[in-house]
Amino acid sequence: MNEIAAQWFIGIGLAFDLFGTIGLVRLPDVYNRVQAATKCVTLGTCMILLGVLLGAWGGAMGAKAVLCAVFLLLTSPVAAHAIARGAYRSGVRLWQGSVVDRYGEDIHADHPRAERAEPDQAPADTEPDR
Amino acid sequence: MTPLLPVPFLMIALAALLVASFLCLYRIGRGPTAPDRTVAIDILGTLVVGFCCVMALWTGQDFYMNIAIAWALLSFIGTIALAKYLEGRYYDE
Repeated sequence: MNEIAAQWFIGIGLAFDLFGTIGLVRLPDVYNRVQAATKCVTLGTCMILLGVLLGAWGGAMGAKAVLCAVFLLLTSPVAAHAIARGAYRSGVRLWQGSVVDRYGEDIHADHPRAERAEPDQAPADTEPDR
Repeated sequence: MTPLLPVPFLMIALAALLVASFLCLYRIGRGPTAPDRTVAIDILGTLVVGFCCVMALWTGQDFYMNIAIAWALLSFIGTIALAKYLEGRYYDE
């Protein structure tokens, strides 16, 4: 019974991992990619770890899997937020189809010097590649 | 040293994780900006945790889970360092 449940959990987690990495390849700019990849892959890997907990029921392996899942759930959103903030502040432009940019409005209201990140100063290699 | 789940299922799981890793490698090689590559490296680190889980189930040894925990934490530290480096590249405030 536990083995069947473990296989279902691991299968669903693998599907989430695959969809997250397909989003990492297919979406148009950094901010979309960090959304898709971080959310899907974090959930998928946590489901694989739950599958390990069920498949190795009652051993030390399950406890370590729960610990690893807690670490992933704590650290992955922090890392994604830091990457998105670093990307924005280093001058990577949004996709042309983006409709709202609250963080940009906030920066330009607080720091007039942030004009340096406007398109004429942006790096030349920030064109979305599809 | 006995597999805790059926071996064909674990082989399919390894193949799926390998496909996901190659998609990440495509983004690392192709990604037009440095943050794209940083995101892909972070995701690749999370996929390695999945590899460690599958190997732990395949061999029945629990030290693979120690590797998974250490890998998750070190990947987080590396990603934070890269993100801070990116952030400080054009602003000096």
